[in-house]
Amino acid sequence: MGFTASSDDRVGLTTDDYVSGGATQTAVKILVVGHFAVGKTTFIGSISEIEPLSTEETMTQAAEAVDDLKGVRGKTTTTVALDFGRLTLSERVVLYLFGTPGQTRFVQMWEDMARGALGALILVDPERLADSFPVIDLIEQYGLDYAIAVNHFDGNPERAERALREALDLLDETPVVTCDARNEKSSAAALTTLVRYLLDRAS
Amino acid sequence: MRAGGEDFEFEPADLVRAYVITKGRELPDEQQLSLITLVTAAPQDGRRPARLTPEEQRLLDICSAGYLSVAEVAGHTRLPLGVVRIVLAALAEGGHLLTRPPVPRARNADKDLLEEVLNGLHRKFG
Repeated sequence: MGFTASSDDRVGLTTDDYVSGGATQTAVKILVVGHFAVGKTTFIGSISEIEPLSTEETMTQAAEAVDDLKGVRGKTTTTVALDFGRLTLSERVVLYLFGTPGQTRFVQMWEDMARGALGALILVDPERLADSFPVIDLIEQYGLDYAIAVNHFDGNPERAERALREALDLLDETPVVTCDARNEKSSAAALTTLVRYLLDRAS
Repeated sequence: MRAGGEDFEFEPADLVRAYVITKGRELPDEQQLSLITLVTAAPQDGRRPARLTPEEQRLLDICSAGYLSVAEVAGHTRLPLGVVRIVLAALAEGGHLLTRPPVPRARNADKDLLEEVLNGLHRKFG
């Protein structure tokens, strides 16, 4: 990485920081979504070829009407962090993974994130299923196809999957996989499951 | 009530600074500079472009050694995404920056891309 927050004009990026085939590659993105602390950044970090980056988006959101009296036109600003990583998959395609917080109130950010996304991997903690409801609602609202990846898992997989499908009210065809977000192979397998499903849907 | 003073208190310091950086410009067309639009500095024929703001110069420098996505430019510079978009748009408008927007979504294109992604994942992770 080598970036330091100095006022120097030059940012110390190395060759590996740049998109190797940027002149010809198509950039695509997949969202990695889930509630707070479910493991989104860990997941991205386990398979990204670059150190995961974070960028902040300043959001304007509707606020209480009382603000009008103070002349700020009913708006407040808040900051949302997006974490993301990158995978160069071929000479033709570079894949970006965006970790997106599941708060429903950041409409503008969600529109940005969802636009053009191939699909979404929803990370779920089986101990906190209810926290995933609003996330799934959002993904469905934006019309994105998705797969469920159960993180933090230690139990009977088949029984857990049945219970989870029921609790989350999933379609039969929606893939459910267990994964350890800290593990590269495991994260890659979850991502592969999602992409295979997306391909089935596109065919 | 001194409205001006009150207004000022409601604005975080970096928002004020952002307006300065962007010279008050509006956000550019989202399709042109999406999160995953790839950008790189245009060839300059050896001469440095004149009259760029420090931020324009800084972002152009970062983009001078290869392609980065708009999101990566924001991540590396730690500037807010909206600010980065506006500055990059100004650079593109001035002919200093080349942009490669992602392909618009279409069913057939998606299928080809998804196959490419799937094969790539298999190659990379087995």
